[in-house]
Amino acid sequence: MHTSLTRIAAALVASTMLAGVANAETIRWARSSDALTLDPHSQNQGVTHTFAHHIYETLLGRDNDGNLTPRLATEWALKEGDDTVWVFKLREGVKFHDGADFTAEDVVFSLDRARSEGSNMKQLHAEVASVTAVDDLTVEIQMVGPSPLYPNNVTNTFIMDKTWSETNDLQDVQDFGAGETNYAVLNTNGTGPYSLTSREVDVQSVLTAFDGWWGEAPAVTEIVYLPIADNATRVAALLSGDVDIVQDVPVQDIERLQNTAGFKVETGPENRIIYFGYKFGEEPLKSSNITDSNPINNPLVREAMELALDRVAIQQVVMRGNSIPAGVATPPFVNGWTEELDAFPAPDVEKAKALLAEAGYPDGFSITLDTPNNRYVNDEAISTAFVGMLGQIGIQVTLASRPVAEHSPVILANESDFYLLGWGVPTFDSAYIFNDLVHSKTDTHGTYNVGLYSNPELDEKIISLGTETDFDKRNATIAEIWEVVKADRVLLPVHNQVLAYAMRDGITLPVQPENQPNMTTVVFE
Amino acid sequence: MLAFIARRLGQSVLVMLVVAFIAFMVFRYVGDPVSSMLGQDSNMADHEALRERLGLNEPFYVQFYHFVVNALQGQFGISYRLQQPVTQLIMERLPATIELAVASSLIAVVVGVVLGIYTALRPRAISTAVIMTLSLVGVSLPTFLIGIGLIYIFAVELQVLPSFGRGQVVNLGWWRTGLLTESGLRSLILPAITLSLFQLTLIMRLVRAEMLEVLRTDYVRFARARGLSQRAINFGHALKNTMVPVITITGLQLGSVIAFAIITETVFQWPGVGSLFVNSVAVVDVPVMAAYLVFVALVFVVINLIVDILYFIVDPRLRDGAKTGR
Repeated sequence: MHTSLTRIAAALVASTMLAGVANAETIRWARSSDALTLDPHSQNQGVTHTFAHHIYETLLGRDNDGNLTPRLATEWALKEGDDTVWVFKLREGVKFHDGADFTAEDVVFSLDRARSEGSNMKQLHAEVASVTAVDDLTVEIQMVGPSPLYPNNVTNTFIMDKTWSETNDLQDVQDFGAGETNYAVLNTNGTGPYSLTSREVDVQSVLTAFDGWWGEAPAVTEIVYLPIADNATRVAALLSGDVDIVQDVPVQDIERLQNTAGFKVETGPENRIIYFGYKFGEEPLKSSNITDSNPINNPLVREAMELALDRVAIQQVVMRGNSIPAGVATPPFVNGWTEELDAFPAPDVEKAKALLAEAGYPDGFSITLDTPNNRYVNDEAISTAFVGMLGQIGIQVTLASRPVAEHSPVILANESDFYLLGWGVPTFDSAYIFNDLVHSKTDTHGTYNVGLYSNPELDEKIISLGTETDFDKRNATIAEIWEVVKADRVLLPVHNQVLAYAMRDGITLPVQPENQPNMTTVVFE
Repeated sequence: MLAFIARRLGQSVLVMLVVAFIAFMVFRYVGDPVSSMLGQDSNMADHEALRERLGLNEPFYVQFYHFVVNALQGQFGISYRLQQPVTQLIMERLPATIELAVASSLIAVVVGVVLGIYTALRPRAISTAVIMTLSLVGVSLPTFLIGIGLIYIFAVELQVLPSFGRGQVVNLGWWRTGLLTESGLRSLILPAITLSLFQLTLIMRLVRAEMLEVLRTDYVRFARARGLSQRAINFGHALKNTMVPVITITGLQLGSVIAFAIITETVFQWPGVGSLFVNSVAVVDVPVMAAYLVFVALVFVVINLIVDILYFIVDPRLRDGAKTGR
């Protein structure tokens, strides 16, 4: 019995070593969840986009510093003499996986599909009036008005083949309500560096390098994509040699993996800010013992709360060094961010208490803090830490911790007095933050301005950003808005998240700020 | 016998309806599918439109009525998360769960019964004391800890078994099995052991207690007095009478193994219905959650029915009772 076990073990070790040498170009890539669908316009979600970027391509891409780069479009500019039309020059000689040529007609079809009713990408194309093909390699996009930043919105809108889509009845994005499913959910035909070889949802997907790709042939020739939901199992899979790269590395494992021989961890800032938000307005809070007014509406109280927040302690203790404390509610990649704005005051309990007393709450008050517990890195632990810090200045906080699926509806119904949220900025421009977090809440704006902050003057400025084509003037307006947002303490930023990818020695996968790693960037040593 | 089965069937239908009702009601409070489906870029008008399209604005009883009518036809709608028909998703993952459940139950029954008999026949041996102590540890450690522990020992440290997944699978018609490949079998070992431990202990303790009880009864003493061999007494007389409660427990446990393989499946990334359920809860995929609950209830109901019928066959007293119309 014992000898046979040893023999099996020896054989296994030998076979895995052999496999390691023979398939050096295969990357087994594990992360916590699977892409939701392969239909490129049906979900607007990072995991789904990350997977799709390997199969489908977009007009423009983004490099690891957040700059726009050419992809299916090689040039893009406003039409001469008309600042409401964007002109995209397309790449020559691009083929779809089934061999069809890529032309302007495919772009027109895809953009129209992406802004159709059932598409979750339509929000990013709300300013588009029409898309036309001028010739085979030129597309003109007529905007509703001047839209200086529209190219920022196309980095996750994938281009499908018109003929293939029409053959498979994919003109419309799937309609959930009607109980429909469609061909594109499980089948693909893109222009990207990899084509789909097999897909078993939630289990494993295999991608093979497409030899007709226009770019330089990638070092990774095969990708085995493995969703592993459990944190401990995912890390164990890396340590046992069953996978090569692990995304979504739990913070508590980063240091250990860095110190384990044979493995390394790449870290880098993510384009995501974590912040606390408050309920504004004079109406008394639902969760407070102060029943005749809203203490948070008093700027002195908000200042006191900021002085109670020890961002550095949260970075060191809760995040184990894996975060970047922030003084402004935007990640550093984003247009509008400045070092000056990002400065934050040192915590000062005495001054905070004095401010509370001055505001008329010498004994503090009570309030409930709503926090998700499975959405952001250590989200619940961050909130718990802040509860303790606020306790020191006399604010008694009850923590209401929920899974994000329950947290979101509470937040979106404006029912929270005090909450934690995170915000990514896919357009890399401050307007995206202002539109949803600062503008007064309406049907189309301020969706996550759930504390109902309202400043008509700012609203006007925010709207003007959408159509201002003079970039200097526009940036000046952004600076003005940030000044008010920061002075008013509309949001209480905590930190920017840091991303970590763990991998075995011998390969390097650089961190991508939108957490959309690209396997064509993998380097073997 | 027929009347008995008919009565039990009637009860089963009632149970299913109640479960469907509860499932449906509970899932209205677990969260909002719309916000996880639409993501950060959506506005309030989009939310309202999608809620309307999904029929979430209709009154509760209308939604429940549609749910039951569709469920009766085997239709549970489209998964919000994966955009595929729920029935198809569950059917695709069922083989993985069943193979895991059967393998772990086999381990539990065989090892459990053997150890149970052994410890009953040698109540004072040191080995018995060791087994009983170990079994206490087995019951008190949570499943996920056992799973992670096994992964660390056998996958990370010794590197002899895979850390996750189901290995290579083979399609036999609609049944996708991992039992025919080496990697599939090797992948099965750790999760099957993990899942079996709790039932194994349960069965072992039950067999032991029943056996000790039976060995003390008069007819065993008489059998001994008549000079029957120890073997004939232990296995012919004692063990047979121990088995009725064991069948019940094993049957019910098989139900809970299928239903609650959730944790084991999650720890080992085993692609069964349990991990499908967990992934669905995270994003409030109501159609999958509701279908899964109804499915689990069905499993329990069917197994209970079978256990009752087995009782009928094994225990003559029940049969006589039925004949006299009791």
